[in-house]
This record gives sequence, structure tokens and C-alpha cells, in this order.
Amino acid sequence: MAAKGEELAEKIREISVAEFFEKNRHLLGYENPTRSLLTVVKEAVENSTDAAEEAGILPEIKVEIQQLAEGRFKVMVEDNGPGIPSSKVPVAFAKFLVGSKFHRLRQSRGIQGIGIHGAVLYSQLTTGKPAKVLSSLGGNDPIHEFELMIDVTKNEPIVLSHRTLPNPKGWHGVRVELEVEGRYVDKITQSVPEYLRQTAIVNPFATLHFKGPNGASFTYRRRVEELPRQPKEIKPHPHGVELGLLRRMLSNTSAKTLLGFLTTEFCRVGRTSALEICSLASLNPGQHPQKLSGEEVLRLHKAMQSAKLMGPPTDCLSPLGEQMLLEGLKREFRAEKYVAVTRPPAVYRGNPFQIECGIAYGGELKEPVQILRFANRVPLLYHQGDCAFTQAIREVDWRRYGIPQDDFPKAPMVILLHFVSVWVPFTSEGKQALACYPEIMREAKLALQDAGRELSQYISRKERLREKQLRMGLFERYMPELAESLSKLTGRPKEEIMAQLERRLDEEKG
Amino acid sequence: MKRKDEVIEALEALGAKILQEIERGENPSLEVPIRSLSNVRYNPETRMLELGSERAKRYFFNVAHVRKFVQTVEAAALSKELKEVGKHLSLREAFYRMKRTLPGSDINLVDEQEESNQAIEDLELITNLSREKLHFNANKMGSVAGKVVIEDKGDVVDWSKLGSGGWSIPSNVEEIVFKEVKARFVLYMEKAAEWERLHEDRVWERLNCVIMCSQGQATRGVRRLLQRLHLEHGLPIYVLTDFDPWGFYIYSVLKFGSIGLAHISEQLAIPGAKFLGLTADDVERYDLKKHFIKFEEVDLRRLEQIAKYEWFKDNKEWQRQFKLMKQMGAKVELAALSSKGITFISEHYLPEKLRKQEFLD
Repeated sequence: MAAKGEELAEKIREISVAEFFEKNRHLLGYENPTRSLLTVVKEAVENSTDAAEEAGILPEIKVEIQQLAEGRFKVMVEDNGPGIPSSKVPVAFAKFLVGSKFHRLRQSRGIQGIGIHGAVLYSQLTTGKPAKVLSSLGGNDPIHEFELMIDVTKNEPIVLSHRTLPNPKGWHGVRVELEVEGRYVDKITQSVPEYLRQTAIVNPFATLHFKGPNGASFTYRRRVEELPRQPKEIKPHPHGVELGLLRRMLSNTSAKTLLGFLTTEFCRVGRTSALEICSLASLNPGQHPQKLSGEEVLRLHKAMQSAKLMGPPTDCLSPLGEQMLLEGLKREFRAEKYVAVTRPPAVYRGNPFQIECGIAYGGELKEPVQILRFANRVPLLYHQGDCAFTQAIREVDWRRYGIPQDDFPKAPMVILLHFVSVWVPFTSEGKQALACYPEIMREAKLALQDAGRELSQYISRKERLREKQLRMGLFERYMPELAESLSKLTGRPKEEIMAQLERRLDEEKG
Repeated sequence: MKRKDEVIEALEALGAKILQEIERGENPSLEVPIRSLSNVRYNPETRMLELGSERAKRYFFNVAHVRKFVQTVEAAALSKELKEVGKHLSLREAFYRMKRTLPGSDINLVDEQEESNQAIEDLELITNLSREKLHFNANKMGSVAGKVVIEDKGDVVDWSKLGSGGWSIPSNVEEIVFKEVKARFVLYMEKAAEWERLHEDRVWERLNCVIMCSQGQATRGVRRLLQRLHLEHGLPIYVLTDFDPWGFYIYSVLKFGSIGLAHISEQLAIPGAKFLGLTADDVERYDLKKHFIKFEEVDLRRLEQIAKYEWFKDNKEWQRQFKLMKQMGAKVELAALSSKGITFISEHYLPEKLRKQEFLD
């Protein structure tokens, strides 16, 4: 959650980065070798897809994992994004920019946490090897190859080498190579192949290539030649601001008065609302934001929560949309019925969000039900039991839609839920489960119910048809017996009676 | 020969009707009178149970009906076949004749004998022809002895010259011809053991009567034979049963007809039959109380049911019997009379009862 993120950010400033990482690696997705390898891949892939998408480029991501020794791997992730200017590469990969993203409320994959820097540091700490980064802006820009490490005491990049390579084909994008300790698995839900498979489902506009250490390789080709709408960046809404963030916003702002601070740094706060907040907090609107006492900040925070304000704008969200959801499901599952629902935007704690639900039913699918959870197009593979989505699936009455249920619905189907927001309320920094806010639970259940209704129409139609066929089959079975008996009673040929019964059966069928 | 035609005609008409409906593009149907207590009435005029007018329509193109529909038509076809070759089938044999698997399925046309039995009973109701006329036979169970000579399938049989077993009553007695009837009445008893007692004592000779028994509820053949002796030769029918609700009901069925066969009461019931014993008064008079078998809960419930039947409801004599039995809370078997002496029933009990004309109606 945001509070946790804030705390972490504060801590990182206070202690050395390495120390912090060592102490908190379990919270950051590096608690065991299997998950660590997955987290490294995940951070790199999400960085890459975000970069391409923000530049309006249909992403094409290559992931390769090589095994170097027992428990030691080389992870390579390459994108076709815009690339990073060579002067910015060291900072982009080898300096924790904690806090920078917290001001920026924009729907993106790497929305919080310490992202690719964590992966670079993990690599450095487990193997002592530098990260290799290749980047080019394309066109005449050569390829810049860096070897980078993080100065863990100063949180500064160390550039071990920087050389330029010819770029005859005008390649643009970024390629990261990291040597890490880890363990590679491919048969379980929490594996790199499964992560990529699920990523492909909610990113049908992306092409993903994979080469595994055991020689396995596959490609998910894009099914949609169009990117979803670009999400817009918004300012925080006063209702959703945590105390820590407010403190830092106050100290970073260039505004000279509290009034100016409130009206420029937040959305939905005009002069009138700002004055109302100040009066609620018994604060002078002309006061300098950096000169508030700790106690005054508390009052301000409380007043901001209770002020009557318009909800945040919701056009900042970019859901996949029902069509793309359907494409994603069809790419991966051979089902007989696909249903997709995109709910209208809603708000929890000042944060706009939107929920999407997709269901693939029947066909080659088997029981038990598969649950796929996503947040901002990223699969959530761990902590399924703690997630608001899992809870919502349990709470829906599936029997109403003709689907048996004990705890979970029992049907050969896949249920996909996608949470879209400028801020994802994860239950922990590991970013794997959504918190059960009432608004989120409500919307998730409504999405499931909408989808369930559509599905139930299909199921009952199918059921009716099946019953009818069964009925007709029954008559068909008994017809020869009846014809035989009637033939004995009347002396008329059996075939003649059969023909007439068949005519009558056709009418029944029609 | 003429009777055969009647049956074949009815069966052919049934087939033709169904065929016609199919040709007209209708859903072929059968109309079957409903056989349940709700559709059975007691007619005080005829003193018989009669079937009401409620009918159920059964369709071929109906998931719930199709099976019974085809079973009934199959029973009709089987009956016609039997008629044509002049053979009869027992209900068990008929079941095996009808039991076969529908092509391309694991469905049997009939799975249990109960199903083929019901199909045959439905056919009786639809055609208004008895099972025997349709050439289906029930189990035979019953013996007879007495001064009567009959002809059966060309054999002349004297019921007084058949040794210790007597004549075994067939399930179908329609074709039997009575050649000579010297007996003056019929003693019918519930149990074969009593019949053997009376036969050994040559009661039929001494009292100039016919003695007849079945085992438990009288079979159709036995009931029909009793009815024919009663109607065609005017022999009074006297019934002997145990002193218990079940015995009383055996008498009730003989006299008024049964719920299950209410549609053929006319061919089976004998409203003129009389109940000879055991009565509550016999129990008193012959000191049988020491042979009481205590009532079980079911006995009491059955007694209360019977007491409420329409045909017993207003019968004071019977209500008195029911009341006494309820007071005793016990039953007594006919066989208990042997405690008074080996041939007590033949030499004392029966002659006395008959002389006093102590009958319940």
C-alpha cells in the first residue's frame, strides 16, 4: 500500500541501499531463488513494455535465460522501445530514484516499488557482476553499451565501461543483461513461462519471445495491431493522500503559500475548496507550506480527507476494453464461450480505478476453475488467497448463473480479473495481492456478475438444446419399437409407420 | 370363436386409432382410466367397487409418457400374437417377451416385471377386456374339491375324485364348462392348511358342498370360479378367514372387489358372498381367547382403515365386529379351533354355524 511504499522510501534515504535491500528482500520479491529469478524478469519486462507503450510503439519483447552454473543464470531482456539517451542510462538503471514516481499518478506497470534498480542490485549482491545495458534511440544514434554497478553507500551509479557500437539497422530500444542467482522452474504457476503466458493474455498488442535455459522457446504474437488509449497523468486527489506523501509534497513544493500548494499540487481543488480545507484545519491560507509544524500537517491531512470535493477525473484510466480482453483470452484458451466486461470507472480513497472481467468457458478447458489476476496489465502470481479478487469470486453466487459452486465456482472455465488504476493498493510491497477495499470488492463483484449473467444465457441456451436433443434421442430410440408393435396390430409395413413417425419427429424438433 | 374376434377387433382398433393419429400429424395418445383410490367408488346399488370416470391421456411424444406408451402398445401386440397362435403367457413370461434392449442404446423396453404387469393392466382398462381374455395368466394358486363335474379343454374332471390334492384351479377359468353341480354351497377359506383339514375330513361330502382355497388374497382365477359358481349355479359362497383385519379384508375383496381391479369388479366381485367366521362371537363361544395373538401397531391401523371403508361404514354388524376386535386388541387363527379337537372344525364348528345360519353380510 501507499503508506508502506512511503515508509520504505523514507527508510531508503536513511540507511544504505544495500542494507535496506538485504533486510527487506522478502518484501521486494526476492525471498527465494525461484521467485527472485521471476522478479528479475518481471521488473525488466514491465519496464520495457511501459517504455514502448508510452512512446506509442507496439511492444516486442525478447526474454532469454541462460544457465551459467548450478543456481546461476544470465537474464536478458530486450525491447523495441524508444531507448534511453546515453547520458541518462546510468541513472535509469543504477540509482534508486525513490519517491520520484510517487508524485506521478499515472496508470503504468511499474507503478511503485523499486523496480529495475532492485533487479540490478540483486544481481550485484548475488554475483558481484555489473549489469550490462545496451540502449539506442535509433536512427543515427549508435548503440551504447554500459557496464553498471550501484555504489550502495552513496546510492550513485558506477559506470565500469561505456562504449559505442555501430547501429547499422537503426535499432532502437533497451537491452538489459543481468547475472543472478536463482532457480529456474517451468511447470508451476509461479514460473517465468507462466508469467509470460499470462502477460500475453492481457497484452494482446504485444509480441513476446522467450528462450529458456532448457532449450524451450516460444513466441506469443500480437493479435491486436493497436495500443490501448494512452493513460493520462493526474495529480493526487486530497482524499487519497497518505500522510507521508503529504509531508514530502509539502517539502518539495515550489508554492509559496498553503493556498497555492493546495490548488497546484492536487486535482479537484480550486480556490474555494482550498480555503475550505484551510478553514477546516484552522490554518492560515497564506502560510508557507514548508513552515507547517508536525501537528499542523496532521490537521491539514485530516481536513483534506473530510473536505467535500468532486471525485477525481477518470479519463486518466486506460482499460483494455472488452474487445481486447476477448482477443487475449482467445489467444490462450480454446473455449466455447468468451465473455468480457469492462466496468465504468469508480473511485476508492480518491483514486480512480476500473475493473475488467473476462471469462472463458467450456471447450477444451477443464475443472477446476482457473483464476487469473492482473493489475495494470501485470499478472499477479502469488498470494492468490489474500487477494480482493479471489474473495470477490468466492462471494458471488454462481449458482444463480447455472454454475455449481462450493466456495469457488465449479466449472471448466477461466476467470480473468483486471484492476486498472493510477495507484494499485497492493497488500504488500511484493505487489501480488489487492487489498479488500469495499469499493474494489463491490466493483469486482459487479464485474463478475455482469459476466456471469452473459455466461448464464449461453449455458442455459446450451442446456435447453442438450435437453431437447436428449428428448428427441429418447423418442428416436422408442420409435422402432412402436412401429414394430403397430405393424403387428394393424398389418401395415413397419417401414411405412417409421417414415411417418420420423416426419412427426422432425416437426417436434423444429 | 366369436369371442376371439372381439378381442382381436379391440386390439386392431387400438392400433388403427394410434396409426391414424400419426398419419394426421398428431401426437399419438392413449386414454387410460386412472387406477387409484381417488378414482374408485363404492356403488351401494350394485354393492361393488367401481372405477370412476377419471382418465389420463398418455402421449408418445412426451418424455414422461413415451416409455409407458410403448410398453402398452407392445402389450397389445403381444396379446394379439397370443390370440392368433392360441397360447397363453404367464405374467412372468410376458415380462421376458417384452424385455429387450432398444437398438443403439442401453434402455430396456421393460426392466422389471412390475412394468409389464402395469402395461397389461393398462391394456385391460383401455380395451375393457380382462387379462385372461387377452391371454395373459396370473399365477395359479388354489385347490377345489366337491360334488361338481366340469369339462376343461376336452377333459372331464370330477372334483370329488381327485385324491388328497383336489383339483388345482388354473389362472384362467373362462373356458371351463360345468357339467354337473350337485353341491349346494361353497366354503371358501383363506389358507390351504384349512382346506386340507376339511378335505381330509371329507367335509364336502358330509355337507354336500364345494371347498375351495387360495393362499392369502384370492387369485383372479379363484375369484372368477367362485363368481361363476355363484352366478351360474346359484351356489351361496361362505367365507372362512382368520379373525384379524387381513382376514376381513380378504372377505371384503371377494365380496366387493379390490381397488386395483375395480375396473373388472363385475367379473370378479361376489356381492352375495357371506362371512362365516371366525367372528368375535366365535372367539367367545369356543373359548379361543387363550390363543390370542396380540395386535401389532400395523394391525390396529389396518383395522381402523377397514372400519372406515365406505362399504363397511354403515354396516352395524361389521362395525360391531371391528369394535370387539379392537377391544380384544388381538387376533385368532382359524387353526386355533384344533385345540378343541382334531376334527372339531369339521364336525362341530362348521355344522353348527351353518345350521344356525350365522353369517355376516
